[in-house]
Amino acid sequence: MAEVLVLAEHSDSGEVKKVTCELLTAARRLGSPSVVWTGSGVEAGVARLAEFGAEKVYVADSPDFSGYVVAPTAELLASLVASASPAAVLVAGTTEGKEIAGRLAVKTGSGVLTDAVNVTVGPDGAPLAEQPNFGGAITVHSVVKAGTPIIALRPNAISAEVAAGAAAIEPVAFTASDAAKAAVVSDRVITEKGERPALTEASIVVSGGRGTGSADGFGIIEKLADALGAAVGASRAVTDAGWYPHAFQVGQTGKTVSPQLYMAVGISGAIQHRAGMQTSKTIIAVNKDAEAPIFEVADFGVVGDLFTVVPQLIEEIDKRKEI
Amino acid sequence: MNIVVCVKQVPDTEVERTLRPGDSTLDRVSVDGVINYIDEFAIEEGLKIAEAQGGEVTILTMGPEKAAESIRKALSMGAHKAVHLVDDGLAGSDALETSLALAAVLQSIGFDLVILGSESTDARTGMIPAMLAERLGVPQLTLANKVDISGTDVSIRRVSDDGYSVVTGSLPAVVSVVEKTNEPRYPTFKGIMAAKKKPVQKLSLADISVDASSVGLANAASWVADFAARPPRAAGVVVKDEGDGGSKAAAFLAERKFI
Repeated sequence: MAEVLVLAEHSDSGEVKKVTCELLTAARRLGSPSVVWTGSGVEAGVARLAEFGAEKVYVADSPDFSGYVVAPTAELLASLVASASPAAVLVAGTTEGKEIAGRLAVKTGSGVLTDAVNVTVGPDGAPLAEQPNFGGAITVHSVVKAGTPIIALRPNAISAEVAAGAAAIEPVAFTASDAAKAAVVSDRVITEKGERPALTEASIVVSGGRGTGSADGFGIIEKLADALGAAVGASRAVTDAGWYPHAFQVGQTGKTVSPQLYMAVGISGAIQHRAGMQTSKTIIAVNKDAEAPIFEVADFGVVGDLFTVVPQLIEEIDKRKEI
Repeated sequence: MNIVVCVKQVPDTEVERTLRPGDSTLDRVSVDGVINYIDEFAIEEGLKIAEAQGGEVTILTMGPEKAAESIRKALSMGAHKAVHLVDDGLAGSDALETSLALAAVLQSIGFDLVILGSESTDARTGMIPAMLAERLGVPQLTLANKVDISGTDVSIRRVSDDGYSVVTGSLPAVVSVVEKTNEPRYPTFKGIMAAKKKPVQKLSLADISVDASSVGLANAASWVADFAARPPRAAGVVVKDEGDGGSKAAAFLAERKFI
């Protein structure tokens, strides 16, 4: 069975991100998953890779991957594509993952499919990617016609499933070329060290909109998110007004999320916003305007003042926790 | 400094967009075209850098004749001139092909700094800036929310989910900016009038020596097998808050096992 390369996303200490387990789950449908591990930490991460079905783990432990912007990773993948002739390359559909996919596509003359929410084997045996277009209004099935299919899978779109794999480590000697060292990372600053889950990986997202009225008013969204163990999102109106940082914007511009549960609070649900959240599995809306378009996509909606509905909801959630 | 800002005309995101049944390409005719929202920040950044460092801003757009409207708008914001790559052979090009054509134009017209928006609101692949850096063999300074230039060094703040990296490279370079990097200026009346006289150079595939067999829908490496409108979500339950809205929402969450 042909190998399928899976680019691992992990912390320096080897903590494997959830999306990597999702990629492994998708890769198993297409062939034999081979993880590509850049940098350090594989000793700590390998057990998890085995748990989700990695058969092989290529390890290139070089500081170049964190020292320079994406080009070294694309270079490593290109050399593995040449040596392993994989059936496909899967990367996380994050902003950086898509940049890596783009450079790899140029290097290998391959077609690349971004923002996939599912990957299956198509009628001709080649990978078939399902992509929501225009914020989920249209579902497209796409294939790659040239080179090695490169697929960027949206985090949180498919469920990671456990399946034992050998996870045999295969060290790869790697030094980035001078060309791949043109963009030097000189510093890294963490500004959001919150306890909340990452927005695109969270299984529950609570988002607030214009209805929160102010930065202070937006605090209620954080309280509800914390009661649910959820990530916080915001509409463009909120980030434009400066009530919450832009990094948390959900919508056509901003993050696209597909959590199990999406709560839209004080958000009218303009197309701009729906484009970033309407592939969520369950949607709950709270808005004082009964005509708000968000109710068209909501599984459950409450027409009312968020400042009375949400505190009551938090109280009920807390009450249930005590039981 | 010779600054080139890539600008894409996209369908207005405020209206419903669709694909054409015949060839699964975006229906660009029936909806209004606007400058890709994030590109406005790229234009502003280019203008600011030109004002501070001296030099000219050239708008580079690939797209059908209709894209000329967006080019005029970019010129009315203050860009000096424009290059419009327009050729029927380009219709339906994917990101790989688009980057090939744009790189060929850039190599032909020359540049010190290329600035793009981080992604378009229609295709949203977010790959073109990285693909251009790869093809042109220049530093990839992408996803910036702050750009500083000192001599031939370009330093950016590259945003990530939890913060940012400081990334540096030398000119010539490709920079992409994220939204809210700056405050894009509005065209002034004077700017709109001046834009009418600014030069727009039209280029065809032949002008940039790109073979028609390496671009366009028929030659794309990624291919839409089929598409369908997403089935509408089943109508949900909407209740009016009568003092119990929060409790009812909690009951729904409990029923779905979220709490």
